[in-house]
Amino acid sequence: MPEDRAAPDVLRMLAVGDTGLCVELGDGISPQVHQRVLALDAALRAAAWPGVVETVPAYRSLLIHFDPLRISPQALRARVAALRRAPDLALAARRRWTLPVCYQDEFAPDLAELADRAGLAGAQAIAVHAAVDYRVYFLGFAPGFAYLGGLDPRLATPRRPQPRPAVAPGSVAIGGTQTGVLPMVMPSGWHVVGRTPARLFDIRLAEPCLLRPGDVVRFAPVPRAEFAHLEARAASGTWRPAAEDLP
Amino acid sequence: MTPGLLVHSAGPWCTVQDLGRSGFGRLGVAPAGALDPLLLRAANVLVGNAETTAALEWTVRGGVFEIQARSARVAVTGDCSLAIDGLPVAPWRSHRLTRGQRLSVEARGDLRGYLAIFGGFAIEPVLGSLSTHVRSALGGWQGRTLRDGDALPLRCDEAPPASELHVDLAALGARPQALRIVWGPQDDAFAADVRERLLSSTWHVSTHSDRMACRLTGPPLAHRSGPDIVSDGVLTGSIQVPGSGEPMVLLADRQTTGGYPKIATVISADLRHFAQLRPGEAVRFAAVDLDQAIALRAEQEARFCAWARSVAGPRPAPDAAADAHVLATTNLVSGVSDAADGPVV
Repeated sequence: MPEDRAAPDVLRMLAVGDTGLCVELGDGISPQVHQRVLALDAALRAAAWPGVVETVPAYRSLLIHFDPLRISPQALRARVAALRRAPDLALAARRRWTLPVCYQDEFAPDLAELADRAGLAGAQAIAVHAAVDYRVYFLGFAPGFAYLGGLDPRLATPRRPQPRPAVAPGSVAIGGTQTGVLPMVMPSGWHVVGRTPARLFDIRLAEPCLLRPGDVVRFAPVPRAEFAHLEARAASGTWRPAAEDLP
Repeated sequence: MTPGLLVHSAGPWCTVQDLGRSGFGRLGVAPAGALDPLLLRAANVLVGNAETTAALEWTVRGGVFEIQARSARVAVTGDCSLAIDGLPVAPWRSHRLTRGQRLSVEARGDLRGYLAIFGGFAIEPVLGSLSTHVRSALGGWQGRTLRDGDALPLRCDEAPPASELHVDLAALGARPQALRIVWGPQDDAFAADVRERLLSSTWHVSTHSDRMACRLTGPPLAHRSGPDIVSDGVLTGSIQVPGSGEPMVLLADRQTTGGYPKIATVISADLRHFAQLRPGEAVRFAAVDLDQAIALRAEQEARFCAWARSVAGPRPAPDAAADAHVLATTNLVSGVSDAADGPVV
């Protein structure tokens, strides 16, 4: 298939009521399918068709919100199907973030249990969690909450039967085969294994979310003292985690 | 003195809402916004505002509000009893009040309605909108529901005398006997007889319903093969079926993505009726096709706009210069607060 066309990537298009069109680009969760989602997303943002309200990328699909009084679903489908990816269309720059995480007990109420289930010592479980380049698939559930793919299967754990009513912001947690960082105080059934001083969502910034779909995240264990130091600097706005651009 | 609206008594879940926050779903940010956008727009038309101006969404009870400005034009939409300084006045129309006068809103037939005020609130938007999303403590007045004693700053200190307007209720349209849906996107996750059950059953609104979702109780809708799909985007009106088999209709405060199959989607023209559904109330659904859904929406819009045009005479518009004091009087981050005291769902 010609590389410059987005249309052949489209698996199916599904109507989501009279204001949504879900474009599926693959069946499973993989970086390759996700890359097509991001490419279609970028193409639609660049095209800025009148009547398209916004696009929301997920693992393998892009939901197009549209105003049916300004563009008909039939016209929208035809336009998506005919879309050519412009050769010079750049995806948003991808970055690799290193997020310091303190995995010590006071921030990691569920780490020991998770390690036990996996048959690992606590320190091994930390090493396993911190050894992966996680891919940011999408932001959802809550502002700035990133769904990260790539968790070592040994750490995959079904959610807690009873969610905790309020989990602290910065908590690094595991739910099923996913891991992520809670951007704000929220109820959660995920298992909390550490905490990062990094701010994932800051409404005062022009770009409120630290992470973008396509970014890569790596967790770096830090001792308690360094966590406290970075936390104080993050609070005063003098520290953000390090990022490098990916090719 | 900064012009303001003093909240003497706020009913439960009284929030600042406009037509919602769009464009930030990709960040995980919910749209929020008025559950009944048509009632909000009508209230704004009555006072001479742009239809997109933020107003108060009252719920269940209503509230008592005092004008702390030289004068103000207000309008309340939604079926309620209305009084100014204790004297009954007509709802569904605009009224001009002066400093110290109190407006009492007491809900009657409707569960929710809107109080619009000439010029709107002098509150800084968060991500382009004044809508409150309580769950993430974003937007509106300090990201939360209103409390007794709150004083919301107003853009205008004065509303010039003008003829008062009333709503033509026919322009709003009545609730159909069955709320209309279009099938999908994951109707194929359910067997034909299960899909039929969505239409043939009478559903009841659960007490756990809120601005995020209208949860329905009734005969469970069994999935063909489990309740998990690869998470994808959802929208307002998506009918999700979680493991329990009891459907939930996602509303304005919804999440942006979800991992449950969506058997059907409420058409955009009928979404507003979920604002008025009370716990225990019966709901039925009827299926239409996409073309019918769009035709119904176009009809609704045409009817409303015809009314809005018919009443929009040479009325004074809110003074643009009033914007000048907004920056001086609002805290830039007033829309943000700690979510710790937010609701837990």
